[in-house]
Amino acid sequence: MNSRYAAWAIGLAALIALPFVYREPYHLHLLVLILIWSFAYTSWSIMGRFGLVSLGHGGFMGVGAYVTALLWNHLGVSPWIGIPVSMVAAGVLALVVAYPCFRFRITGHYFVLVTLALSGIVLQVITATRDYTGGSLGYTPNRSTGNKLWALQFDDKTTWYLIALGVWVAGLVIWRAIDRSMSRYAMEAISEDEDAAAAAGVNVTAEKLKITLISALMTALAGALYCQYQMFISPDTVSGIAVSLQMVFAVIVGGLYVSLGPTIGAIITILLAESLRIGFGTKAVGWDNLVYGVLLVLFIIFLPKGILGSILERLKWKKA
Amino acid sequence: MQGFLDIFDIYLLEAVINGILLGGVLALLALGLNLIFGVIDVTWICYAELVMIGMYGMYYMVQVFGLPYWAAAPFAIMLVAALGAALHYFVIAPLLTAAPINQLLATGGVLFILQSFATVAFGIDFRNLGIRLPVLTLGEMHFSYSRLLSFIAALAGMIVVYLFMTRTFTGTAIRAIAQDRQIMSLMGVDTKRIYLVTSALGGALAGLAACLLVLQYDVHPFVGLSFGPITFLICVLGGLGNFIGGFIAAFVFAEIISLGGLFSDLEWGYVLAFAFFIVMMFIRPAGLMARRS
Repeated sequence: MNSRYAAWAIGLAALIALPFVYREPYHLHLLVLILIWSFAYTSWSIMGRFGLVSLGHGGFMGVGAYVTALLWNHLGVSPWIGIPVSMVAAGVLALVVAYPCFRFRITGHYFVLVTLALSGIVLQVITATRDYTGGSLGYTPNRSTGNKLWALQFDDKTTWYLIALGVWVAGLVIWRAIDRSMSRYAMEAISEDEDAAAAAGVNVTAEKLKITLISALMTALAGALYCQYQMFISPDTVSGIAVSLQMVFAVIVGGLYVSLGPTIGAIITILLAESLRIGFGTKAVGWDNLVYGVLLVLFIIFLPKGILGSILERLKWKKA
Repeated sequence: MQGFLDIFDIYLLEAVINGILLGGVLALLALGLNLIFGVIDVTWICYAELVMIGMYGMYYMVQVFGLPYWAAAPFAIMLVAALGAALHYFVIAPLLTAAPINQLLATGGVLFILQSFATVAFGIDFRNLGIRLPVLTLGEMHFSYSRLLSFIAALAGMIVVYLFMTRTFTGTAIRAIAQDRQIMSLMGVDTKRIYLVTSALGGALAGLAACLLVLQYDVHPFVGLSFGPITFLICVLGGLGNFIGGFIAAFVFAEIISLGGLFSDLEWGYVLAFAFFIVMMFIRPAGLMARRS
């Protein structure tokens, strides 16, 4: 076990040291994107691994990004305050939708469809309030003229890399904390059989709400960070059904039941999208999603545990 | 003041009637989805995208190959029916024994495939049939013929499906499977064939909806997103697999969207419908038509 912690510590140290040694801006940019999206995918998998398949996470991400940006542009509220506010907004949205779902036993297909509609509705709201949000044309937070730290706008990639790395590690720590908590056992019992879990003394609604809330808060943070880093958001890139499905795709490809699975998924999806973009230029529009879709179907049919999950399982099997 | 109220009432009546007309098409969409769910126990997340492909089919047949609308419609319906059967054969059938959520996510993958296929093949331009049906004027109210036609065709389509389900052997077998999956294979019904027929029928309904929607809306690769979510809400509110519930819920939602659109943007109509849906979940969690157990 000690060697495992040592490996983590060395790996982390190497990741922290990386931007000081290696300064190629494009590659650092890719790494920042991978880290932010990994964090978003990790927060989806916190729910998804317990059979709570949500397609509403695009909505939470959109709330995180847009609330932060709107507060900054219209009211001049610093993202340091705006991000927590946006997280609270996403959390409230999650509770409003999830509470009736869980209280009245809307599970499985029903839950997926309700959350799917949620992300569709967030997209509609962003489009409908085009006077404030720029609608489907997208939205840009104002460049700050004063204190960069106050505005959470940094020009150099290294700062962003370190921020994204910190958030990513925090996401993994949360994943691990849940993995080792009583909640995990409660949630696994619930995903097997809700009635039996309730009979065994698990507060089904409260446990599910807790997991959903954590997941929604983290997703909103990911959305806000993405907005601050890219300085441009549009309904299609941070909200809606496509983003939700992209999360599902990445997590399933990487591995739903292992902590680093979503990260692997993020690496694969972003490298795939970027290499298609470089290889085909503007002709690549649509092709990346086409490849995603085909891969998603193939993975679900042939490799439902994902790449990392399957590799780890095979290693374990060999050891035994 | 009196004059203002008069105008207002006429707009209100117009919106109510337009809502009923919209409800016909929504009910058709919900029926197809409910059919698939009731029989195969699978939700096609990509249902609205099948409609989108059907709309492109109509566009190409009418605009590019110059077929008249009436001749193109059966082809479009058959195209989407074939697509539905293919979807079942290649994606759902291998996953029938897997966890139900996997089947749903796989159709999510198909959603990606269809959307990006349309982007790659047809581009992201908005296209329409170039057919402008006249507007029916009734007193001071205006209704487009295309909406009226859609409503009538949707009702006719639903009646045909009803007759098929109640009067033919295959239809009876489909209903029987919806009631008890295991026993029917023991009774000598070829489940695989019935599933395939049901998928084709669900696809055909999507095709019919496509023929009707293409009269009213421009087609583009993401058009499915504008009525997909609302279809899912209708099905959940009506109770998945419950045909009558879905039918009623479609009209309820259509009225909300239409009346909401009267007072503000159409998008807010959708938002209102979603808010209504959340409230309804508190009141009737198992769907509109559910019996209390």
